[in-house]
Amino acid sequence: MWTDFLILMKQEMAVVAMVFILLFMKLGKDRSNESYMNVINVLLLLNLILGFVCNREGILFNEMFRTNKLIVLEKNILNLAMLIISLQSWSWLKTHKHVPEFYILLLSSLLGMFFMISSGNLLMFYLGLEMSTIPVAAAVNFDLAKRRSSEGAMKLIFSSAFSSACLLFGISMLYGTTGTLVFTELPQHISNNPLQLFAFILIIAGFAFKISVAPFHLWTADVYEGAPVSVTSFLSVISKGAVLFVFVSVLYTVFSPLAKVWYNMIFILSLLTIAIGNLFAIRQENFKRFLAFSSIAQVGFILVGVSGGTDISTTSVIYFVLIYVFSNLAAFGVVSVVTSATGKENISDYKGLYKTNPALSWVLAIAMFSLAGVPPTAGFFGKFFLLIAGAGKGNYILISIAALNIIISLYYYLRVVKAIFMDANSTPLPSVRIPLMSKLAFAVCIAGVISIGVASPVYDYIYSLIVLN
Amino acid sequence: MSTVPLTHILFVSTALFFTGMYGLFTRRNMITILMSVELILNSVNINFVAFNKYLYPQKMEGIFFTIFIITIAAAEAAVAIAIVINLYRTHKSIDVDDATEMKW
Repeated sequence: MWTDFLILMKQEMAVVAMVFILLFMKLGKDRSNESYMNVINVLLLLNLILGFVCNREGILFNEMFRTNKLIVLEKNILNLAMLIISLQSWSWLKTHKHVPEFYILLLSSLLGMFFMISSGNLLMFYLGLEMSTIPVAAAVNFDLAKRRSSEGAMKLIFSSAFSSACLLFGISMLYGTTGTLVFTELPQHISNNPLQLFAFILIIAGFAFKISVAPFHLWTADVYEGAPVSVTSFLSVISKGAVLFVFVSVLYTVFSPLAKVWYNMIFILSLLTIAIGNLFAIRQENFKRFLAFSSIAQVGFILVGVSGGTDISTTSVIYFVLIYVFSNLAAFGVVSVVTSATGKENISDYKGLYKTNPALSWVLAIAMFSLAGVPPTAGFFGKFFLLIAGAGKGNYILISIAALNIIISLYYYLRVVKAIFMDANSTPLPSVRIPLMSKLAFAVCIAGVISIGVASPVYDYIYSLIVLN
Repeated sequence: MSTVPLTHILFVSTALFFTGMYGLFTRRNMITILMSVELILNSVNINFVAFNKYLYPQKMEGIFFTIFIITIAAAEAAVAIAIVINLYRTHKSIDVDDATEMKW
C-alpha cells in the first residue's frame, strides 16, 4: 500500500521534493544565482528521467487520483517543457534577485497541473486547476517594478478568478442534477436536460478561458506582453498544454452523452478562434503579442482536431502539443535571449538580424516554419494529423476553412522570416552572446522540430497508449 | 423538518451569481471587483450546500466541496490583493481604467 502510493504519485512527489529543496536552500546560507540554477536544472533533468522509469497504472484515494501510461506521458511532456524553459531563462534570471522564488512559483503551478491531469473527480480537478493558476498570476508580476507586468498580472488574476467562478457554478449545477462528482459515474446521469446543458456551457466557458478560445481570449495578449518572457513561455506552452489534455479527456468521457451538442459548439468556436487569432496576429508589432495571437490561432487548429471525437483526435492533439512545445519554445527562446541582452521586443527591431546573429536567425526561422506548418518541419505533420482527425466527421466546411486559414497564417509567420533575412536595416541588433544553457535548449528544440515530424514511432506510440486505455 | 423549498434557495443563489457578475463588469475599483468574485463563489457555496442537504443527504460531497471553495477563495484573494497593492505602487491608483497601457 505504502509503496503503491509512492510509485503511483512519483512525479508529484518529485516536484514537491524540488520545491522543498529550493525552500531549504533559500533558508540556508546565501548562494549565487548560478549555483541555484545549476542545482535546479540538474533536478529538473532527474525529474524528467524519473518520469520514464517504473510506471504503473492505478487509482488512489477513492478514484480522486488516477494514473496510467498516457497520463504519465502527458506529464513527461510538461516536464520536458519545464526543463527547456528553465534552461532558456538563464540569461534573464542570472541578474535577478529572486531566483528560488521564481522556481517555487512555477513548480507549484506544475504540481497543480499534474494533479489536474490525474484527477478522476471534479473536486480534485478544481483544486488542481486553481493550484495551477494562482502561482502563475504571481509569477506574471515577477518584474515587480514594471508597470506592464503588474497590469498583466491584474488582468490574469481577475479573468481567471471569474472563469473559475463560472466553472464552479457549472459544476454545482452538474452536482445538483447528477448527485456525483466522479468522472466515471457522471456520464450515466447526463442527458439533454436543460439544467445540465446550462452547466455544460458554463464548464466549457471555464475551459475556454484557460486555453484562450476566441470569445474568451481577451486576457491572453495583454498578459503575454506584460509577463517576463520565461513566464510567457510557461503560460503559452505548459498551462495551455495541461488544460488541453484535461479538456480532451473530460469532453470525451464525462460529456460523451452530449457529443452532438459539443460538436456544434467546437465547430463554431474553432473557426472563430482561428479567424480572430489570424486577423489580430497580422497587425501586431510587439513580438510577444504576435506570439500570443499565433498561439490563439494554434488552439483553434487544435479544436479542429478535438471536434473529431475519436482515438485519432486524442492522439493528434497530444502529438501536436508535443510539437508545439518544441517550436513555440524555440521562438520564445530567441525572444528571451534578445530581450535580456538588448531590451528590444518589436518585430521591426529584428530586421537584418541575420547579418549580426546568424545562429539565432536560423533558430527563429525554423520555429516560424514549424508554427506555420511548412513540410520538412514537424509543425506540418502536427497540423496534418489534426485536420485528418477533424475530417473524420465528414464536415468539409470546417476542414476547408481551417486549411485556408493555414495559408493566411503563412503570411504573418513569413513576414517575420522576411524581416530577419531580407529587410535592410542600418542599425541592426548588436551581436548577442548566447549562454551555454540557451544553446542546449535550442539544440533540444531544433532536434525535436526536425525529428519528431519524420519519426513515425512517436505518433504510433501515443496512439497505442490511447487504444490501450 | 425544513419548510423552505429548494427552489427558493436556488433562486437566491442564482440572483447572487448574477449580482456578482453585474458587479464584476460594471465596477471600476479593483477591490470591489474582487468582492464581486467572492459573491459568485458564495452563490456556488449556497448551491452545493442546498443540493447536498435536499437531494443527496446520504453523502457529504457537496459540503466538502464548499469547504475547499472557501479555502481556495481565501488564497486567491490573498494573491489578488498582493497584485493590486503592487499595481498601486507602480500606477498610484487601483482603478481599472488607469491600468490600460496595453490594448489590442
